[in-house]
Amino acid sequence: NLLCPGARCGANLCRLMSIRSVSVDLNNDASLLIDIPDALCERDKVKFTVHTKTTLSSFQKPEFSVPRQHEDFIWLHDTLVETEDYAGLIIPPAPPKPDFEGPREKMHKLGEGEATMTKEEYTKMKQELEAEYLAVFKKTVQVHEIFLQRLSSHPILNKDRNFQIFLEYDQDLSVRRKNAKEMFGGFFKNMVKSADEVLISGVKEVDDFFEQEKTFLLDYYSKIKDSTAKAEKMTRSHKNIADDYIRISSLMYQQKITRILIYTHIVVTMSFVSLQKVEGRVASDQELKLTELLRYYMRDIQAAKDLLYRRARALADYENSNKALDKARLKSKDIPQAEEHQQQCLQKFDKLSESGKKELTSFKGRRVVAFRKNLIEMAELEIKHAKVRSSIQLYYICFIMCTNELQYAWGICKILCEQI
Amino acid sequence: MAASSDRNPPPFPASEEPETGLCDMADGDSDEGEDIFVNNVRLRAFLLLLLCPSFVQSTPVAVSRGVSQPDQVSEEPPDLFSEEEAISTAPTLSTTAKSNGVHSDDENDLFAELLAAVDCFHSGISKGYFVLPPLELKCGLLYYCFQQLEEEEAKDSFDVDVSVTSPEKIGDGMNAYVAYKVSTRTSLNMFRSKTFFVRRRFSDFLGLYEKLSVKQSLHGCIVPPPPEKSVVGMTKVKVGMDDPSSVEFVERRRAALERYLQRVVSHPSLLQDPDVREFLEREDLPRAVNTQALSGAGFLKMINKASDAVNKMTIKMNESDTWFEDKFQEVENEEQQLRKLHAVVDSLVNHRKELCMNTAVFAKSMAMLGNSEDNTALSRALSQLAEVEDKMEQLHQEQAASDFFIFAELLADYIRMLGAVRGCFDQRMRAWQRWQEAQSTLQKKREAEAKLLWANKPDKLQQAKEEITEWEARVTQYERDFDRIGMTVRKEVLRFEKEKAKDFKSQIIKYLESMLQSEQRVMIHSHSKAYVYVFYSGVEGFSPESWQRVYYIPDG
Repeated sequence: NLLCPGARCGANLCRLMSIRSVSVDLNNDASLLIDIPDALCERDKVKFTVHTKTTLSSFQKPEFSVPRQHEDFIWLHDTLVETEDYAGLIIPPAPPKPDFEGPREKMHKLGEGEATMTKEEYTKMKQELEAEYLAVFKKTVQVHEIFLQRLSSHPILNKDRNFQIFLEYDQDLSVRRKNAKEMFGGFFKNMVKSADEVLISGVKEVDDFFEQEKTFLLDYYSKIKDSTAKAEKMTRSHKNIADDYIRISSLMYQQKITRILIYTHIVVTMSFVSLQKVEGRVASDQELKLTELLRYYMRDIQAAKDLLYRRARALADYENSNKALDKARLKSKDIPQAEEHQQQCLQKFDKLSESGKKELTSFKGRRVVAFRKNLIEMAELEIKHAKVRSSIQLYYICFIMCTNELQYAWGICKILCEQI
Repeated sequence: MAASSDRNPPPFPASEEPETGLCDMADGDSDEGEDIFVNNVRLRAFLLLLLCPSFVQSTPVAVSRGVSQPDQVSEEPPDLFSEEEAISTAPTLSTTAKSNGVHSDDENDLFAELLAAVDCFHSGISKGYFVLPPLELKCGLLYYCFQQLEEEEAKDSFDVDVSVTSPEKIGDGMNAYVAYKVSTRTSLNMFRSKTFFVRRRFSDFLGLYEKLSVKQSLHGCIVPPPPEKSVVGMTKVKVGMDDPSSVEFVERRRAALERYLQRVVSHPSLLQDPDVREFLEREDLPRAVNTQALSGAGFLKMINKASDAVNKMTIKMNESDTWFEDKFQEVENEEQQLRKLHAVVDSLVNHRKELCMNTAVFAKSMAMLGNSEDNTALSRALSQLAEVEDKMEQLHQEQAASDFFIFAELLADYIRMLGAVRGCFDQRMRAWQRWQEAQSTLQKKREAEAKLLWANKPDKLQQAKEEITEWEARVTQYERDFDRIGMTVRKEVLRFEKEKAKDFKSQIIKYLESMLQSEQRVMIHSHSKAYVYVFYSGVEGFSPESWQRVYYIPDG
């Protein structure tokens, strides 16, 4: 029953990790650097400040910032998806809508229950909620930033005209957005797509590479979706526990029973408070790292699936055009049109296959690299928490000692010293 | 375990003489003859060392251990467990200490410094600056300080020690019940032998309470209440004792019965009661009847009915001694607060159970994800992660159990006990009421006598005089009863508070110990996680062998 000498192994781990070999930074091409340094939250809407630094001549200025809303990002994503030329590319997934519903609801409940709580409890819970709010805020900024950075690092997409407009145009984009909706009717397209998907999956695949990719992606997608949901549940449980600790510690502060047990009072209150901070931080860190990682790749895999779908549709079109050509030849009618149509379909299909293969291969590599980066960051977090946890342990020991319960502290000390 | 006692702790930086070895704590003879002041100084020094955060920017200075390697300092990332200068870097906290005015002066100072140190510690954690001296150094200091600290105060030795063990299901179907083994170990002569045991069932415990409360509460004794009846819980057990919720229920009940009995036998007057002796000794106890009223809700109803009766008294009691009124108010407040605390702890237990379930489910999901991952290294990483999470689930389960069995049960016990305390206050009120009624009856008799005197009816007068004498005697008796019960109540309440303080202290320490142990294990698992992350992230120069050398991951 050996217990771990936390300090020592933590130290070694830190040393090893400083020799990192992996650097996954999307924003490392100096010709076009994008970031979101600032964001404002007004009621429901979040206003992002998109800041661009570029050496490319296609832009009017070398450095500039524009305000953008979430809907602008969606517009950009949708226009890219609808562009035929990009059919063979994996379009980075659109950032999800900022969702402050959770913390807002909690804030509302807190306000309602203010009368029944002590001032201390109320302030603590308010602080926690504000931290949660801030975490959601940071997350949404991050996810919008990554979307833009994915575009800027893609050799073909970063030359897109609409992308440039998005970055540069210093007026409100809402007019363009409205026009786009009218032109493309995005909503209906999605409905048709899911119906097609069923049809398309029945199409016979000619290429082994794509056959394998399809099987893998479909399977992986369902698994990662499941893991994401389960991870979210787990971190929510952590948060609930953290909230309970807040309530316990605030009750203990005002408890008269513990006035007799001054030392124990301090121990219990402080240990609860510390634990709560650790649990709370564990929850929000886990949330930011593992869950986000899973969630992001779930969406990315959906984008890859979309590529497969488009290619499969092109294949279906090609096959239909073959059939049409045969029919035309039989009827001896409209043969040149049918031939041309077939050629077009074949070209489109070949183009999609070629670029699709490239995209999917680089997607694999990118995914593994990003996972690794996140794993390292998660390791750092674990160690940071372990440090705090080990401090808390010594805390316990120290106070147990203070209550003169020497036989307990002695026993614990013995256990710890086994490790020396 | 033996190895540790051979170790020389590292020399304490502030002291001149190095320790030659550990003295055996058990023999308790401190030959040093150092007075309390010095001990406290050392204790304070030790605490300051432990608790004071050392900020990242401070340069590591080699301590007497001589382990620091200056040429490696530049390689190390700043926030490592660097060797720390001993006491001199610790900020002097005594200037910021504030007194709390409750305890003696020595305790006050130490306490105030503790508070200040705790604040400091806390702000250090929140700023993320926390750096501790290496674990080994700390443990060495712990050894050292133990040798210097005062002897542990002599524990009260119990004359009687009871335990409730080995629950066994007897019979089948709806008539089945659980029999517990009640073992007694005693040095008192009034029992038939030094150690003996009997088998008892739950209704027997309730019967004991019934008998005791009828007799003893009249004297103002606080009779410890037994655990609650539970029809739902028992029905499940009657059906089958194997599923985890039944096992938990039986264990919970067993522990509660044991605590109940221990409270009964540690009460000096109750121990003398023949019913208690009979309960502990007699082989065949007659079945207790009339245990209906003692379900949890029933018990509360009983107490509250008594309180209502007292409240409805027409003559309001004029307390010459405010102690009783104040104490009663305190008891009521405490009960309220304990209820609130109990509710939150219950919620904590449920959330932990939830976390346990969610972690298990998540672990399985990660395992499946790892299986479908086509990159081998990543796949192994995810599978390992799943394994670690699985182990974490076990930990969460244990933490939930200890939250529940130790903390929540303690609170539930005391909520019931406070009800009993309120009950004995009510007994005193009833005694007072009896006295007042007797006085008013006496008054009426005297008035009647006066009327008879006036009306000149000699034979009735004689009877009246006799009645007056009788009632005078009663009034005196009831007044004496009331005073006696007041004294008993006072004594009982003080004893209760002392016992409560001891009980809470020991239970909370048990709770902290179990938290400490589980924190250790959580740390192991979080390090395992970190290991998984780093190893599979493909950091160069990092191999499982190098990991094994510095860190041993136990199996399971």
